[in-house]
Amino acid sequence: MSIDRSDVERIAHLARLELNEQDIPAYTENLSSILNLIDEMQQIDTDGVEPLAHPLDAVQRLRADEVTELNQRDKLQAVAPAVEEGLFLVPKVIE
Amino acid sequence: MEWETVIGLEIHVQLATNTKIFSGASTAFGAEPNTQACAVDLALPGTLPVFNDGAQKMAIMFGLAINADIGKRAVFERKNYFYPDLPKGYQTTQLEAPVVGEGFVDIETEAGERRVRIHHAHLEEDAGKSLHEDFHGQSGIDLNRAGTPLVEIVSEPDMRTSKEAAAYARKIHAIVTTLGICDGNMAEGSMRCDCNVSIRPKGSETLGTRTELKNINSFRFIERAIDTEVERQIDLIEDGGTVVQETRLYDPDKNETRSMRSKEDANDYRYFPCPDLLPVVVDDAYVEAIRLTLPELPDARKERFISELGLSEYDAGVLSAYRDQADYFESVVECCGDAKLAANWVMGELAKNLNAADLSIEKSPVSAEQLGGLLVRIKDNTISGNIAKKVFEVQWNEGGTADEVIEAKGLKQVTDTGAIESMIDEVIANASAQVEQYKAAEPEKRGKMLGFFMGQVMKASGGKANPGAVTGILKSKLDALCD
Repeated sequence: MSIDRSDVERIAHLARLELNEQDIPAYTENLSSILNLIDEMQQIDTDGVEPLAHPLDAVQRLRADEVTELNQRDKLQAVAPAVEEGLFLVPKVIE
Repeated sequence: MEWETVIGLEIHVQLATNTKIFSGASTAFGAEPNTQACAVDLALPGTLPVFNDGAQKMAIMFGLAINADIGKRAVFERKNYFYPDLPKGYQTTQLEAPVVGEGFVDIETEAGERRVRIHHAHLEEDAGKSLHEDFHGQSGIDLNRAGTPLVEIVSEPDMRTSKEAAAYARKIHAIVTTLGICDGNMAEGSMRCDCNVSIRPKGSETLGTRTELKNINSFRFIERAIDTEVERQIDLIEDGGTVVQETRLYDPDKNETRSMRSKEDANDYRYFPCPDLLPVVVDDAYVEAIRLTLPELPDARKERFISELGLSEYDAGVLSAYRDQADYFESVVECCGDAKLAANWVMGELAKNLNAADLSIEKSPVSAEQLGGLLVRIKDNTISGNIAKKVFEVQWNEGGTADEVIEAKGLKQVTDTGAIESMIDEVIANASAQVEQYKAAEPEKRGKMLGFFMGQVMKASGGKANPGAVTGILKSKLDALCD
């Protein structure tokens, strides 16, 4: 399976990545070769094999439902570009 | 053409945990902005999620309550999209292996009981809040809500009317509040409902194109939004148009739905298993231990109210729907020993006052014990039902036990027959015209005419005369005049 330029542009847009015009052909080729590898893997018979959700053969540890994080707003907001009345300010997002 | 409506609901329930689903920050409502958003919630580099056992337990409680298969191995996935109130750039949710599998609830409809199948329910995290008031042309972001655990409950398209959809939502509300896994406050967003609506010619088996209605925050709006949307779809199709699959916002002020501008690629969420979280595996012992903690569920409680307390189907349904109300009602019954009387007062005078004051029952100024004590005094004839309403009003505004209020205001019922007789004699003496009418009436019609005299006597006694005693004496005195 191969993808074309418009696929690459669309994927980049979904990931909010800006691409240099001259890099697009290389990305197209690299991504296509990854998909080709996957096509090859698809031909393996995987009947009865449970899909892998995580490479580690371990299970999630659970945390007790107790408050352990206290208010550190001042420290956390010290790295924010703009704050007001305790809110993080961002470019206006409503359409 | 006759149309059939097909409705499925997606209900988001905010879990009443102490902390976030993946961090130890508090989830308490109403805190100052960003004071409950820790490094994990802000998605600072290097932080990792740790799954909250409390959220897992609550989700499984819900699964057990709807007779569902519990996923013994649940997997978290990333749903990718960009919005400033979602700092990670993805929502952690479950897709292929949710914690709760297929289940069902039964709802009451006009056509009898009906089963609504639940496709699955999954755990996920809530986003923060964006405030679009003017901050110098910018938006303000409060991330206190980011990471609050949600259970999303996805029904099959099993409902056929807006009333059924609202009944289903009420049933889910009753279950989650009874389980104590959600406070159920729809106005504050603790329970949010999206409705998938389509229509098809009656008798058809294929589904029509659906639209998804958002922004519905009350049971009443569920009905109104669906009715409005169904009308729109019918008009559209009958005028030769076609329904477009899209998300529509319900506007309760205008009672209309309108298309949300559909963003390009909006549905391309590129799900994949979250590498930061391992599969969550639970065993039978874990699930069975949770089963033991389940409280009596609304359906079972309703049955008990009918079979043990002798309530009507309707009263039992209303009183069992909310745990706080059901608990309150049972406390009142315990105090006064009369379930029917308690039901009438909890659903009548108490509900009326709570509604008028916009209070929930656990904030009632009159406690179950105070109300129970009042009903005891109705039952032992110390006061009449009407006087009891006055006592209740005083309890509501000023507090106190029923006995204290009755004593302080001198409201004790007059049962002394001598006193009642003299009041009746006076009323009869001052109403010669009505007495003549009474005498002239057919004997079988006289019963109705007693009302006038009753009213006069009760008025003369300030409402304190025992109505039973008044009726008896009045009737014998008037009938004696007729002979």
